[in-house]
Amino acid sequence: MAQQRERKAQFTTTVDGTGVNREYTPTDLAGPGQDASLAGNFPFTRNIFPAGYRSRLWTMRQYAGFATVEETNKRYKYLYEQGQTGFSVAFHLPTQIGYDSDHPLAAGEVGRVGVAIDSLQDMEELWEGIPLAKVSTSMTINATAPILTAMYVAAAEKQGAEKSQLEGTVQNDLLKEYIARNTYIFGPAPSMRLITDLCIYCGQEMPKWNSISISGYHMREAGATAIQEAAFTLANGIAYVQAMLDRGQSIDSFATRFSFFFAANNNLLEEVAKFRAVRRAWSKIIKERFGSDNPRAQMMRYHVQTDGFTLTEQQPLNNVVRVAIQVLSGVLGGCQSLHACSYDEALALPSEDAVQLSLRTQQIVAYESGVADTVDPLGGSYYVEKLTNEIEKGIFDYIKKIDDIGGAQEAINKGYIQREIRRSAYDYQKAVDAGEQVVVGVNMFATKGESAIEVLEIDETVEKRQVARLRKLKKERDNKKVSQILDEVRKVARSDANIMPVLIEAVKAYATVGEITDAMRDVFGVYKEPGIL
Amino acid sequence: MPSKKVRVVIAKPGLDGHDRGANVVAQGLRDAGMEVIYLGLRVTPEQIAEAAIQEDADVVGLSCLSGAHMTLFPKAVALTKAKSDKDIMFLGGGIIPRKDVAKLKAAGITQTFGPGAPIAEIVSFIKSKFGDEVK
Repeated sequence: MAQQRERKAQFTTTVDGTGVNREYTPTDLAGPGQDASLAGNFPFTRNIFPAGYRSRLWTMRQYAGFATVEETNKRYKYLYEQGQTGFSVAFHLPTQIGYDSDHPLAAGEVGRVGVAIDSLQDMEELWEGIPLAKVSTSMTINATAPILTAMYVAAAEKQGAEKSQLEGTVQNDLLKEYIARNTYIFGPAPSMRLITDLCIYCGQEMPKWNSISISGYHMREAGATAIQEAAFTLANGIAYVQAMLDRGQSIDSFATRFSFFFAANNNLLEEVAKFRAVRRAWSKIIKERFGSDNPRAQMMRYHVQTDGFTLTEQQPLNNVVRVAIQVLSGVLGGCQSLHACSYDEALALPSEDAVQLSLRTQQIVAYESGVADTVDPLGGSYYVEKLTNEIEKGIFDYIKKIDDIGGAQEAINKGYIQREIRRSAYDYQKAVDAGEQVVVGVNMFATKGESAIEVLEIDETVEKRQVARLRKLKKERDNKKVSQILDEVRKVARSDANIMPVLIEAVKAYATVGEITDAMRDVFGVYKEPGIL
Repeated sequence: MPSKKVRVVIAKPGLDGHDRGANVVAQGLRDAGMEVIYLGLRVTPEQIAEAAIQEDADVVGLSCLSGAHMTLFPKAVALTKAKSDKDIMFLGGGIIPRKDVAKLKAAGITQTFGPGAPIAEIVSFIKSKFGDEVK
């Protein structure tokens, strides 16, 4: 038989990824300790539940928010009408970083990357006509997570719902902010206090609420490889578990409500293997490192978002195909919840038409492709099983390195994790610039001319309208009460007491995000970034 | 007069924290022989102007993905020009709609580089003005 020449000297899954052989066979899975577990059984490689999507499809949960609550409420209702099954709130940057819409640093930012929420009044109107007792909501909020969760609870109570009924998730993950996402406010110690306060509060008062969504997505977006994304996320998870244990919480009281968030990138099979590997690795960590035999604590539940970085400005319709492949990987990997990006997102926030297609992509995979009809359909593939094993090994190798440094927080303080990611990001760019990594429509198969698609525009009046609204609120509320409650916030922040009850009182008095955050800044100070670059 | 490396100040004004592009460009320009001063995140236009002068910048690169570029980039340019006559080259990157590019250019941004721009393109643009070194 003549030798077959190959297209490349070396094949890897992704730039700086794992090597890919020509063919995988049973020999690749030979050797002791192979995982033969079934779905719903430790270490949950195949799925956390025995029936997977045969019992219940993943939640179709489109991240959305822009301009003011008026526009966003309308988009939320549209998404629900088009078949999404869970809400996901995108807040604009001032809300995420604890500034009101009239703060000097908010200039130009109001309503741009998410909805402007300055007070409980905004949160109440965001959910107009949407019964919070009956829906599941994820809020992408971190440094100000306790404040926005307090607002959600207060808004729900105003609707007549009990907080114990509320279903949803709050991201509440500052470690990845320091590493990659950068919407931190306070330093590590006060951040961890606030994170664990929120987790403890939810554990006691909101049993259906996931108090944290330990995220790898953003680190992947920042340039991490699949193994780095997986490893650094689990290392952060270990730090959060330890922080809760250090506060005297028992692992079974909180680990059952820890959740995770990963990207679905372009390499379909690597992503599927990654999802299987993190499920397996996390369950081993909970069982072996932290000693819990509770399957509900061992099970990793996670949300997936198709990877925004992969979307191109050039030939935007190509992105429809990328997102479809990425959705497929998320589903083949067994996620609990999924957001599909829209084809116009390298240019702007999704238009209505574009986001409809994102939902249809999920629905077509769910109802027409057949992949949801059996658990872990790629299980047993020699390549996928081998890659799962390799990624798992890569995860534990990194965790050992991070343990040796002193844990995730120390690794972040020293810049180790950030440097690893930055190096991968630069390697990727060099590979694209050299043509080794093909980006269709960009460095290969490029065409001249600009795309003619109509994109969503945030109109100029948004900032003025929001500021006017905020000023009106500040005039009409009981400002004496606000002043008193902010003093209380400072007092509680200085003490050991859980911050959540006073925050709920503060938001009910219509103290704003900026005012409450400033009260906390007075006590905690702000984060000073270590110079890495 | 001794020649020196082209000095580039890179900053992210506003609240946007997506710094992958700024980091990669900083590393790329360093590898191309330029002196890069990376100011980081949440830098105000005032701080950018101050640093541009203090660092004797030849080039100032601004990155913003949140849509606040029309508020922040022109301000950074204007404040810098108010402090110094030096002919600094201002470059912009991030998520900048095509319809805004002309307005940014009118406000003093020489060129914008969007998603997909190769580093070599940015390097060669800078070198087209400065050569390999500043005399």
